[in-house]
Amino acid sequence: MVNAALVAALVGVPLWAHVAGEPFTITLATRAVIFALAAVGLNLALGLGGLVSLGHAVFFGIGGYAMGILAFHAQNYLPMFPETLAIEGTKSMPVIWLVAVIASALAALVIGLLSLRTAGVYFIMITLAFGQMFYYFTISWSAYGGEDGLSIWVRNGFPGLNTLDPIQFYGLCFTLLCGALWLSHRIARSPFGLMLNAARQVPHRVETVGLDGQRAKLVVFVISGAITGLAGALFADLNRFVSPTMFSWHMSGEIMIFVILGGVARLFGPVAGAVLFVAMEHVLGDLSDYWHIYLGALLLGIVLFARGGVVGLLAGRAKSHD
Amino acid sequence: MTLLTLEGVTASYGASQALFGMDLAIAEGEAVAMMGRNGMGKTTTVRAICRMLPAGGRLVFDGHDLTRLASHQAAKLGIGLVPEGRRCFRDLTVEENLVVAARSGHWDLARVAELFPRLAERRSQRASTLSGGEQQMLAIGRALMTNPRLLILDEATEGLAPLIRAEIWAAIARLKTETGLSLLVIDKSLKELRGVADRAVLVARGQVAWAGAMDALDAETSARHVGV
Repeated sequence: MVNAALVAALVGVPLWAHVAGEPFTITLATRAVIFALAAVGLNLALGLGGLVSLGHAVFFGIGGYAMGILAFHAQNYLPMFPETLAIEGTKSMPVIWLVAVIASALAALVIGLLSLRTAGVYFIMITLAFGQMFYYFTISWSAYGGEDGLSIWVRNGFPGLNTLDPIQFYGLCFTLLCGALWLSHRIARSPFGLMLNAARQVPHRVETVGLDGQRAKLVVFVISGAITGLAGALFADLNRFVSPTMFSWHMSGEIMIFVILGGVARLFGPVAGAVLFVAMEHVLGDLSDYWHIYLGALLLGIVLFARGGVVGLLAGRAKSHD
Repeated sequence: MTLLTLEGVTASYGASQALFGMDLAIAEGEAVAMMGRNGMGKTTTVRAICRMLPAGGRLVFDGHDLTRLASHQAAKLGIGLVPEGRRCFRDLTVEENLVVAARSGHWDLARVAELFPRLAERRSQRASTLSGGEQQMLAIGRALMTNPRLLILDEATEGLAPLIRAEIWAAIARLKTETGLSLLVIDKSLKELRGVADRAVLVARGQVAWAGAMDALDAETSARHVGV
Protein backbone atom coordinates (compact mmCIF):
# COMPACT_ATOMS: atom_id res chain seq x y z
CA MET A 1 0.00 0.00 0.00
CA VAL A 2 2.77 2.43 0.98
CA ASN A 3 4.78 1.34 -2.03
CA ALA A 4 1.81 1.81 -4.35
CA ALA A 5 1.17 5.29 -2.93
CA LEU A 6 4.80 6.22 -3.51
CA VAL A 7 4.75 5.02 -7.10
CA ALA A 8 1.45 6.82 -7.70
CA ALA A 9 2.95 10.04 -6.32
CA LEU A 10 6.08 9.67 -8.41
CA VAL A 11 3.97 9.20 -11.54
CA GLY A 12 1.14 11.59 -10.71
CA VAL A 13 2.92 14.65 -9.33
CA PRO A 14 5.33 15.18 -12.28
CA LEU A 15 2.48 14.57 -14.75
CA TRP A 16 0.33 17.13 -12.92
CA ALA A 17 3.29 19.54 -12.89
CA HIS A 18 3.77 19.03 -16.63
CA VAL A 19 0.13 19.77 -17.38
CA ALA A 20 0.09 22.73 -14.95
CA GLY A 21 3.32 24.17 -16.41
CA GLU A 22 5.42 23.75 -13.26
CA PRO A 23 8.82 22.63 -14.54
CA PHE A 24 10.48 23.35 -11.20
CA THR A 25 8.31 20.70 -9.51
CA ILE A 26 9.40 18.21 -12.18
CA THR A 27 13.04 19.11 -11.51
CA LEU A 28 12.47 18.54 -7.79
CA ALA A 29 10.89 15.17 -8.53
CA THR A 30 13.82 14.31 -10.80
CA ARG A 31 16.24 15.18 -8.01
CA ALA A 32 14.28 12.95 -5.61
CA VAL A 33 14.24 10.06 -8.09
CA ILE A 34 18.00 10.32 -8.73
CA PHE A 35 18.73 10.42 -5.01
CA ALA A 36 16.42 7.44 -4.60
CA LEU A 37 18.39 5.55 -7.25
CA ALA A 38 21.65 6.28 -5.41
CA ALA A 39 20.06 5.11 -2.16
CA VAL A 40 18.65 1.94 -3.78
CA GLY A 41 22.28 1.18 -4.61
CA LEU A 42 23.42 1.77 -1.02
CA ASN A 43 20.45 -0.17 0.35
CA LEU A 44 21.71 -3.30 -1.39
CA ALA A 45 25.03 -3.07 0.44
CA LEU A 46 23.61 -1.78 3.71
CA GLY A 47 20.26 -3.51 3.97
CA LEU A 48 21.06 -6.81 2.36
CA GLY A 49 24.78 -7.11 2.96
CA GLY A 50 24.97 -5.26 6.29
CA LEU A 51 27.81 -3.14 4.93
CA VAL A 52 27.74 0.31 6.53
CA SER A 53 29.51 2.21 3.78
CA LEU A 54 30.31 5.86 4.39
CA GLY A 55 32.04 6.04 1.04
CA HIS A 56 29.24 5.65 -1.48
CA ALA A 57 29.87 9.22 -2.63
CA VAL A 58 32.90 7.74 -4.40
CA PHE A 59 30.62 5.92 -6.82
CA PHE A 60 28.20 8.84 -7.06
CA GLY A 61 31.14 11.11 -7.90
CA ILE A 62 32.70 8.67 -10.36
CA GLY A 63 29.38 8.49 -12.20
CA GLY A 64 29.20 12.27 -12.20
CA TYR A 65 32.74 12.73 -13.45
CA ALA A 66 32.25 10.01 -16.11
CA MET A 67 29.46 12.16 -17.49
CA GLY A 68 31.37 15.41 -16.97
CA ILE A 69 34.60 14.27 -18.59
CA LEU A 70 32.97 12.58 -21.60
CA ALA A 71 30.64 15.53 -22.23
CA PHE A 72 33.44 18.08 -21.67
CA HIS A 73 35.58 16.46 -24.37
CA ALA A 74 32.64 16.18 -26.74
CA GLN A 75 31.52 19.79 -26.33
CA ASN A 76 35.06 21.13 -26.76
CA TYR A 77 35.99 18.75 -29.59
CA LEU A 78 39.03 17.69 -27.62
CA PRO A 79 39.94 14.01 -27.72
CA MET A 80 40.98 12.31 -24.49
CA PHE A 81 44.60 11.10 -24.34
CA PRO A 82 45.38 12.96 -27.63
CA GLU A 83 48.91 11.62 -27.95
CA THR A 84 48.06 7.94 -27.51
CA LEU A 85 44.45 6.75 -27.79
CA ALA A 86 42.75 9.97 -28.95
CA ILE A 87 39.27 8.88 -27.69
CA GLU A 88 36.43 11.21 -28.58
CA GLY A 89 34.06 12.37 -25.85
CA THR A 90 30.35 11.72 -26.18
CA LYS A 91 27.02 13.40 -25.54
CA SER A 92 25.12 10.13 -25.70
CA MET A 93 23.48 9.22 -22.39
CA PRO A 94 23.50 5.42 -22.94
CA VAL A 95 27.26 5.48 -23.58
CA ILE A 96 27.84 7.76 -20.58
CA TRP A 97 25.71 5.50 -18.36
CA LEU A 98 27.65 2.46 -19.50
CA VAL A 99 30.98 4.14 -18.73
CA ALA A 100 29.66 5.39 -15.38
CA VAL A 101 28.42 1.94 -14.38
CA ILE A 102 31.63 0.16 -15.44
CA ALA A 103 33.91 2.74 -13.79
CA SER A 104 31.90 2.70 -10.56
CA ALA A 105 31.78 -1.09 -10.51
CA LEU A 106 35.55 -1.30 -10.98
CA ALA A 107 36.13 1.23 -8.20
CA ALA A 108 33.72 -0.72 -5.97
CA LEU A 109 35.61 -3.92 -6.73
CA VAL A 110 38.94 -2.44 -5.67
CA ILE A 111 37.51 -0.62 -2.63
CA GLY A 112 35.48 -3.69 -1.67
CA LEU A 113 38.48 -6.03 -1.93
CA LEU A 114 40.39 -3.84 0.52
CA SER A 115 37.54 -2.73 2.79
CA LEU A 116 35.94 -6.15 3.25
CA ARG A 117 39.07 -7.37 5.00
CA THR A 118 37.76 -5.29 7.87
CA ALA A 119 34.39 -5.10 9.60
CA GLY A 120 32.38 -2.83 11.86
CA VAL A 121 33.80 0.58 12.59
CA TYR A 122 36.95 -0.14 10.59
CA PHE A 123 34.87 -0.81 7.48
CA ILE A 124 33.08 2.49 8.00
CA MET A 125 36.37 4.35 8.40
CA ILE A 126 38.09 2.77 5.41
CA THR A 127 35.17 3.53 3.08
CA LEU A 128 35.11 7.09 4.44
CA ALA A 129 38.84 7.36 3.78
CA PHE A 130 38.38 6.27 0.16
CA GLY A 131 35.71 8.94 -0.26
CA GLN A 132 37.97 11.66 1.07
CA MET A 133 40.82 10.41 -1.10
CA PHE A 134 38.73 10.91 -4.26
CA TYR A 135 37.39 14.22 -2.93
CA TYR A 136 40.84 15.75 -2.45
CA PHE A 137 42.08 14.27 -5.71
CA THR A 138 39.32 15.96 -7.72
CA ILE A 139 39.92 19.24 -5.90
CA SER A 140 43.44 19.25 -7.27
CA TRP A 141 42.47 17.84 -10.70
CA SER A 142 42.84 21.13 -12.57
CA ALA A 143 42.34 19.57 -16.00
CA TYR A 144 38.66 19.11 -15.09
CA GLY A 145 38.00 22.28 -13.13
CA GLY A 146 39.59 21.38 -9.82
CA GLU A 147 37.68 22.82 -6.89
CA ASP A 148 35.40 24.86 -9.21
CA GLY A 149 34.06 21.79 -10.95
CA LEU A 150 33.06 21.37 -14.54
CA SER A 151 30.06 22.84 -16.37
CA ILE A 152 28.36 21.16 -19.29
CA TRP A 153 26.57 23.54 -21.62
CA VAL A 154 23.78 21.33 -22.92
CA ARG A 155 22.22 18.25 -21.37
CA ASN A 156 23.32 15.01 -23.01
CA GLY A 157 21.03 13.27 -25.46
CA PHE A 158 19.05 10.05 -25.52
CA PRO A 159 17.91 8.54 -28.84
CA GLY A 160 14.32 9.47 -29.63
CA LEU A 161 13.88 11.81 -26.68
CA ASN A 162 14.27 15.52 -26.03
CA THR A 163 16.16 15.37 -22.74
CA LEU A 164 15.92 19.15 -22.34
CA ASP A 165 12.20 18.68 -21.76
CA PRO A 166 11.99 18.18 -17.95
CA ILE A 167 9.22 15.57 -18.10
CA GLN A 168 11.10 13.47 -20.65
CA PHE A 169 14.31 13.55 -18.63
CA TYR A 170 12.25 12.71 -15.54
CA GLY A 171 10.74 9.75 -17.39
CA LEU A 172 14.21 8.44 -18.16
CA CYS A 173 15.34 8.75 -14.53
CA PHE A 174 12.13 7.19 -13.23
CA THR A 175 12.46 4.26 -15.63
CA LEU A 176 16.02 3.64 -14.43
CA LEU A 177 14.84 3.81 -10.81
CA CYS A 178 12.13 1.23 -11.57
CA GLY A 179 14.79 -0.96 -13.21
CA ALA A 180 17.03 -0.69 -10.13
CA LEU A 181 14.09 -1.49 -7.82
CA TRP A 182 13.22 -4.54 -9.92
CA LEU A 183 16.86 -5.68 -9.80
CA SER A 184 16.97 -5.14 -6.03
CA HIS A 185 13.78 -7.14 -5.58
CA ARG A 186 15.13 -9.99 -7.72
CA ILE A 187 18.43 -10.04 -5.86
CA ALA A 188 16.72 -10.05 -2.45
CA ARG A 189 14.48 -12.95 -3.46
CA SER A 190 17.21 -15.00 -5.15
CA PRO A 191 19.37 -17.68 -3.49
CA PHE A 192 22.16 -15.11 -3.64
CA GLY A 193 19.99 -12.69 -1.63
CA LEU A 194 19.23 -15.40 0.92
CA MET A 195 22.94 -16.09 1.24
CA LEU A 196 23.62 -12.39 1.83
CA ASN A 197 20.86 -12.21 4.38
CA ALA A 198 22.27 -15.21 6.20
CA ALA A 199 25.82 -13.85 6.00
CA ARG A 200 24.65 -10.56 7.49
CA GLN A 201 22.93 -12.27 10.41
CA VAL A 202 25.57 -14.82 11.38
CA PRO A 203 28.71 -13.83 9.44
CA HIS A 204 30.97 -16.77 10.29
CA ARG A 205 28.39 -19.53 10.56
CA VAL A 206 27.31 -19.06 6.98
CA GLU A 207 30.69 -20.42 5.92
CA THR A 208 30.01 -23.69 7.73
CA VAL A 209 27.14 -24.45 5.37
CA GLY A 210 29.47 -24.03 2.41
CA LEU A 211 28.68 -20.44 1.49
CA ASP A 212 31.36 -17.87 0.78
CA GLY A 213 29.84 -14.90 2.57
CA GLN A 214 32.78 -12.59 1.87
CA ARG A 215 32.55 -13.11 -1.88
CA ALA A 216 28.80 -12.53 -1.79
CA LYS A 217 29.37 -9.26 0.07
CA LEU A 218 31.94 -8.18 -2.49
CA VAL A 219 29.56 -8.93 -5.37
CA VAL A 220 26.71 -6.98 -3.78
CA PHE A 221 29.08 -4.09 -2.98
CA VAL A 222 30.05 -3.93 -6.67
CA ILE A 223 26.41 -3.99 -7.83
CA SER A 224 25.60 -1.38 -5.21
CA GLY A 225 28.45 0.87 -6.37
CA ALA A 226 27.42 0.52 -10.01
CA ILE A 227 23.82 1.61 -9.29
CA THR A 228 25.01 4.59 -7.25
CA GLY A 229 27.42 5.46 -10.06
CA LEU A 230 24.55 5.52 -12.54
CA ALA A 231 22.70 7.88 -10.20
CA GLY A 232 25.78 10.12 -10.14
CA ALA A 233 25.79 10.36 -13.96
CA LEU A 234 22.11 11.34 -13.94
CA PHE A 235 22.63 13.87 -11.15
CA ALA A 236 25.43 15.51 -13.12
CA ASP A 237 23.21 15.62 -16.19
CA LEU A 238 20.35 17.13 -14.18
CA ASN A 239 22.58 19.95 -12.95
CA ARG A 240 24.81 20.03 -16.04
CA PHE A 241 27.60 20.43 -13.55
CA VAL A 242 30.01 18.21 -11.65
CA SER A 243 32.24 19.18 -8.77
CA PRO A 244 34.28 17.52 -6.01
CA THR A 245 31.34 17.90 -3.62
CA MET A 246 29.83 14.84 -5.29
CA PHE A 247 32.67 12.91 -3.62
CA SER A 248 32.36 14.57 -0.22
CA TRP A 249 31.48 12.68 2.94
CA HIS A 250 28.39 14.89 3.22
CA MET A 251 27.12 13.20 0.08
CA SER A 252 27.84 9.74 1.51
CA GLY A 253 26.01 10.78 4.67
CA GLU A 254 23.02 12.08 2.72
CA ILE A 255 22.69 8.85 0.75
CA MET A 256 22.75 6.96 4.04
CA ILE A 257 20.15 9.32 5.49
CA PHE A 258 17.80 8.54 2.56
CA VAL A 259 18.07 4.84 3.38
CA ILE A 260 17.67 5.22 7.14
CA LEU A 261 14.77 7.70 6.82
CA GLY A 262 12.88 5.43 4.44
CA GLY A 263 13.79 2.12 6.03
CA VAL A 264 16.92 0.01 5.81
CA ALA A 265 16.41 -3.23 3.85
CA ARG A 266 12.93 -2.16 2.75
CA LEU A 267 12.62 -2.23 -1.03
CA PHE A 268 10.93 1.18 -1.23
CA GLY A 269 12.68 2.58 1.84
CA PRO A 270 15.31 4.52 -0.13
CA VAL A 271 12.60 5.95 -2.40
CA ALA A 272 10.53 7.14 0.56
CA GLY A 273 13.64 8.54 2.24
CA ALA A 274 14.82 10.46 -0.82
CA VAL A 275 11.36 11.87 -1.54
CA LEU A 276 10.97 12.95 2.10
CA PHE A 277 14.43 14.52 2.12
CA VAL A 278 13.86 16.53 -1.06
CA ALA A 279 10.41 17.59 0.14
CA MET A 280 11.83 18.75 3.49
CA GLU A 281 14.72 20.47 1.76
CA HIS A 282 12.26 22.39 -0.42
CA VAL A 283 9.47 23.14 2.05
CA LEU A 284 11.49 23.69 5.23
CA GLY A 285 14.38 25.25 3.30
CA ASP A 286 12.01 28.02 2.26
CA LEU A 287 11.07 28.64 5.89
CA SER A 288 14.48 28.52 7.50
CA ASP A 289 18.15 28.30 6.61
CA TYR A 290 18.49 25.92 9.52
CA TRP A 291 16.12 23.27 8.17
CA HIS A 292 18.71 20.57 8.85
CA ILE A 293 17.78 20.86 12.53
CA TYR A 294 14.30 19.55 11.70
CA LEU A 295 15.84 16.83 9.55
CA GLY A 296 18.08 15.88 12.45
CA ALA A 297 15.12 15.71 14.82
CA LEU A 298 13.21 13.52 12.37
CA LEU A 299 16.21 11.25 11.92
CA LEU A 300 16.58 10.98 15.68
CA GLY A 301 12.91 10.04 16.01
CA ILE A 302 13.20 7.43 13.27
CA VAL A 303 16.29 5.84 14.77
CA LEU A 304 14.84 5.80 18.30
CA PHE A 305 11.24 4.86 17.62
CA ALA A 306 10.91 3.48 14.09
CA ARG A 307 13.80 1.26 13.11
CA GLY A 308 11.97 0.28 9.93
CA GLY A 309 12.01 3.92 8.80
CA VAL A 310 9.02 5.70 7.33
CA VAL A 311 8.00 2.66 5.29
CA GLY A 312 8.28 0.40 8.33
CA LEU A 313 6.25 2.86 10.38
CA LEU A 314 3.44 3.01 7.85
CA ALA A 315 3.45 -0.56 6.62
CA GLY A 316 4.40 -2.35 9.85
CA ARG A 317 6.88 -5.17 10.08
CA ALA A 318 6.99 -7.07 6.84
CA LYS A 319 9.09 -9.80 5.35
CA SER A 320 12.70 -8.83 4.90
CA HIS A 321 13.31 -6.52 1.95
CA ASP A 322 9.67 -5.79 1.28
CA MET B 1 38.07 -46.26 4.78
CA THR B 2 39.12 -43.36 7.02
CA LEU B 3 37.17 -40.21 6.22
CA LEU B 4 38.66 -37.79 8.74
CA THR B 5 42.12 -37.90 10.29
CA LEU B 6 43.53 -35.55 12.92
CA GLU B 7 47.12 -36.07 14.02
CA GLY B 8 48.88 -33.89 16.56
CA VAL B 9 46.48 -31.00 15.99
CA THR B 10 47.25 -27.84 17.93
CA ALA B 11 45.16 -24.69 18.17
CA SER B 12 45.21 -21.50 20.20
CA TYR B 13 43.04 -18.52 21.04
CA GLY B 14 45.69 -15.82 20.97
CA ALA B 15 48.26 -16.66 23.61
CA SER B 16 46.06 -19.31 25.15
CA GLN B 17 46.65 -22.77 23.69
CA ALA B 18 43.55 -24.99 23.63
CA LEU B 19 44.64 -28.10 21.74
CA PHE B 20 47.91 -29.85 22.55
CA GLY B 21 48.16 -32.56 19.92
CA MET B 22 44.65 -33.85 19.29
CA ASP B 23 44.36 -37.19 17.48
CA LEU B 24 41.15 -38.46 15.95
CA ALA B 25 40.10 -40.76 13.13
CA ILE B 26 36.57 -41.32 11.84
CA ALA B 27 35.83 -43.99 9.27
CA GLU B 28 33.14 -43.82 6.61
CA GLY B 29 29.78 -44.66 8.20
CA GLU B 30 31.19 -44.61 11.72
CA ALA B 31 29.69 -42.68 14.63
CA VAL B 32 32.14 -41.32 17.18
CA ALA B 33 31.17 -39.74 20.48
CA MET B 34 33.45 -37.02 21.81
CA MET B 35 33.12 -36.32 25.51
CA GLY B 36 34.90 -34.29 28.12
CA ARG B 37 34.45 -31.65 30.78
CA ASN B 38 33.84 -28.03 29.82
CA GLY B 39 36.84 -26.18 28.44
CA MET B 40 38.81 -29.32 27.54
CA GLY B 41 38.93 -28.65 23.80
CA LYS B 42 35.91 -30.41 22.27
CA THR B 43 34.45 -27.36 20.54
CA THR B 44 37.94 -26.15 19.64
CA THR B 45 38.50 -29.47 17.88
CA VAL B 46 35.27 -28.92 15.94
CA ARG B 47 36.32 -25.38 15.05
CA ALA B 48 39.67 -26.68 13.82
CA ILE B 49 38.00 -29.35 11.66
CA CYS B 50 35.56 -26.81 10.22
CA ARG B 51 38.41 -24.35 9.57
CA MET B 52 36.91 -21.70 11.83
CA LEU B 53 40.17 -21.54 13.73
CA PRO B 54 43.76 -21.80 12.44
CA ALA B 55 45.27 -25.08 13.53
CA GLY B 56 48.62 -26.83 13.30
CA GLY B 57 49.27 -30.52 12.83
CA ARG B 58 47.67 -32.81 10.28
CA LEU B 59 43.99 -32.51 9.35
CA VAL B 60 42.88 -34.61 6.41
CA PHE B 61 39.35 -35.14 5.15
CA ASP B 62 38.81 -37.63 2.34
CA GLY B 63 42.40 -37.15 1.19
CA HIS B 64 42.21 -33.34 1.25
CA ASP B 65 44.51 -31.32 3.50
CA LEU B 66 42.04 -29.23 5.49
CA THR B 67 44.69 -26.77 6.66
CA ARG B 68 44.81 -25.34 3.15
CA LEU B 69 41.08 -24.72 2.96
CA ALA B 70 38.73 -21.97 4.04
CA SER B 71 35.69 -22.81 6.13
CA HIS B 72 33.24 -22.78 3.21
CA GLN B 73 35.55 -25.01 1.18
CA ALA B 74 35.68 -27.58 4.00
CA ALA B 75 31.89 -27.54 4.13
CA LYS B 76 31.70 -28.08 0.38
CA LEU B 77 33.92 -31.14 0.74
CA GLY B 78 31.24 -32.67 2.93
CA ILE B 79 31.75 -31.56 6.51
CA GLY B 80 28.40 -30.56 7.98
CA LEU B 81 28.20 -28.75 11.30
CA VAL B 82 25.39 -28.35 13.80
CA PRO B 83 27.00 -25.67 15.93
CA GLU B 84 26.72 -25.24 19.65
CA GLY B 85 23.96 -22.71 20.35
CA ARG B 86 22.11 -23.55 17.09
CA ARG B 87 22.90 -20.27 15.33
CA CYS B 88 19.98 -20.35 12.93
CA PHE B 89 19.55 -17.43 10.55
CA ARG B 90 16.94 -15.74 12.69
CA ASP B 91 15.37 -13.41 10.14
CA LEU B 92 14.97 -16.11 7.52
CA THR B 93 12.00 -18.46 7.48
CA VAL B 94 12.42 -22.16 8.23
CA GLU B 95 12.30 -22.96 4.53
CA GLU B 96 14.77 -20.19 3.67
CA ASN B 97 17.16 -21.46 6.36
CA LEU B 98 17.10 -24.84 4.66
CA VAL B 99 17.17 -23.65 1.05
CA VAL B 100 20.10 -21.31 1.59
CA ALA B 101 22.30 -24.27 2.55
CA ALA B 102 20.99 -26.70 -0.07
CA ARG B 103 23.34 -28.70 -2.24
CA SER B 104 22.34 -31.58 -4.46
CA GLY B 105 22.23 -35.04 -2.94
CA HIS B 106 20.12 -37.33 -0.79
CA TRP B 107 18.85 -34.65 1.56
CA ASP B 108 16.25 -32.20 0.30
CA LEU B 109 13.32 -30.29 1.82
CA ALA B 110 11.03 -33.31 1.69
CA ARG B 111 13.48 -35.62 3.46
CA VAL B 112 14.25 -33.05 6.16
CA ALA B 113 10.50 -32.55 6.65
CA GLU B 114 10.08 -36.29 6.98
CA LEU B 115 12.82 -36.43 9.63
CA PHE B 116 11.42 -33.40 11.50
CA PRO B 117 7.69 -33.00 10.77
CA ARG B 118 7.57 -29.96 13.10
CA LEU B 119 9.73 -28.05 10.63
CA ALA B 120 7.31 -28.76 7.79
CA GLU B 121 4.47 -27.34 9.90
CA ARG B 122 6.47 -24.16 10.48
CA ARG B 123 8.08 -23.74 7.09
CA SER B 124 6.94 -20.12 6.64
CA GLN B 125 7.78 -19.01 10.18
CA ARG B 126 10.87 -16.96 10.93
CA ALA B 127 13.53 -18.96 12.74
CA SER B 128 13.49 -16.42 15.57
CA THR B 129 9.90 -17.41 16.40
CA LEU B 130 10.72 -21.11 16.87
CA SER B 131 11.20 -22.78 20.23
CA GLY B 132 14.70 -23.89 21.27
CA GLY B 133 13.99 -27.48 20.29
CA GLU B 134 12.63 -26.49 16.90
CA GLN B 135 15.64 -24.26 16.30
CA GLN B 136 17.86 -27.23 17.08
CA MET B 137 15.94 -29.36 14.58
CA LEU B 138 16.34 -26.58 12.06
CA ALA B 139 20.09 -26.42 12.70
CA ILE B 140 20.33 -30.18 12.07
CA GLY B 141 18.12 -29.93 9.00
CA ARG B 142 20.21 -27.07 7.65
CA ALA B 143 23.41 -29.07 8.07
CA LEU B 144 21.80 -32.07 6.36
CA MET B 145 20.73 -29.88 3.41
CA THR B 146 24.44 -29.42 2.63
CA ASN B 147 24.47 -33.20 2.03
CA PRO B 148 27.51 -33.83 4.20
CA ARG B 149 29.55 -37.02 4.40
CA LEU B 150 30.45 -36.25 7.99
CA LEU B 151 27.96 -34.57 10.30
CA ILE B 152 29.33 -32.93 13.44
CA LEU B 153 26.81 -32.27 16.21
CA ASP B 154 28.16 -30.01 18.93
CA GLU B 155 26.00 -30.26 22.08
CA ALA B 156 22.89 -30.78 19.97
CA THR B 157 20.58 -31.47 22.89
CA GLU B 158 21.97 -29.08 25.46
CA GLY B 159 19.34 -27.17 27.43
CA LEU B 160 16.35 -28.84 25.80
CA ALA B 161 13.27 -30.42 27.40
CA PRO B 162 13.41 -34.23 27.85
CA LEU B 163 10.76 -34.92 25.19
CA ILE B 164 12.54 -32.80 22.61
CA ARG B 165 15.88 -34.38 23.53
CA ALA B 166 14.37 -37.80 22.94
CA GLU B 167 13.04 -36.68 19.56
CA ILE B 168 16.45 -35.37 18.52
CA TRP B 169 18.31 -38.45 19.73
CA ALA B 170 15.85 -40.61 17.78
CA ALA B 171 16.58 -38.56 14.66
CA ILE B 172 20.34 -38.91 15.19
CA ALA B 173 19.92 -42.67 15.57
CA ARG B 174 17.96 -42.74 12.31
CA LEU B 175 20.74 -40.87 10.56
CA LYS B 176 23.15 -43.56 11.73
CA THR B 177 21.09 -46.59 10.85
CA GLU B 178 19.21 -45.45 7.76
CA THR B 179 21.70 -43.27 5.90
CA GLY B 180 25.10 -44.54 7.06
CA LEU B 181 26.27 -40.95 7.56
CA SER B 182 29.53 -40.56 9.49
CA LEU B 183 28.88 -38.78 12.77
CA LEU B 184 30.95 -36.93 15.32
CA VAL B 185 28.67 -36.31 18.28
CA ILE B 186 29.84 -34.06 21.11
CA ASP B 187 27.69 -34.48 24.19
CA LYS B 188 27.70 -35.52 27.82
CA SER B 189 24.63 -37.78 27.71
CA LEU B 190 26.34 -41.11 28.08
CA LYS B 191 23.13 -43.12 27.99
CA GLU B 192 21.97 -41.68 24.69
CA LEU B 193 25.44 -41.76 23.18
CA ARG B 194 25.64 -45.49 23.87
CA GLY B 195 22.65 -45.95 21.58
CA VAL B 196 24.27 -44.05 18.72
CA ALA B 197 28.07 -44.17 18.80
CA ASP B 198 30.43 -46.98 17.80
CA ARG B 199 33.44 -45.47 19.51
CA ALA B 200 34.12 -42.90 22.20
CA VAL B 201 36.90 -40.35 22.51
CA LEU B 202 37.34 -38.65 25.87
CA VAL B 203 39.11 -35.31 25.78
CA ALA B 204 41.05 -33.70 28.61
CA ARG B 205 43.36 -30.67 28.48
CA GLY B 206 43.32 -30.46 24.69
CA GLN B 207 44.31 -34.07 24.10
CA VAL B 208 42.72 -37.49 23.86
CA ALA B 209 42.61 -38.95 27.38
CA TRP B 210 40.88 -42.18 26.46
CA ALA B 211 39.66 -43.76 23.22
CA GLY B 212 37.98 -47.04 22.54
CA ALA B 213 34.80 -48.86 21.69
CA MET B 214 31.66 -47.38 23.22
CA ASP B 215 30.92 -50.66 24.96
CA ALA B 216 34.35 -50.59 26.59
CA LEU B 217 33.74 -47.23 28.25
CA ASP B 218 33.10 -47.97 31.91
CA ALA B 219 31.46 -45.74 34.49
CA GLU B 220 34.69 -45.00 36.33
CA THR B 221 36.54 -43.77 33.21
CA SER B 222 33.53 -41.71 32.22
CA ALA B 223 33.22 -40.18 35.67
CA ARG B 224 36.94 -39.35 35.76
CA HIS B 225 37.10 -37.59 32.38
CA VAL B 226 33.57 -36.41 31.74
CA GLY B 227 32.14 -36.02 35.22
CA VAL B 228 29.05 -38.15 34.49
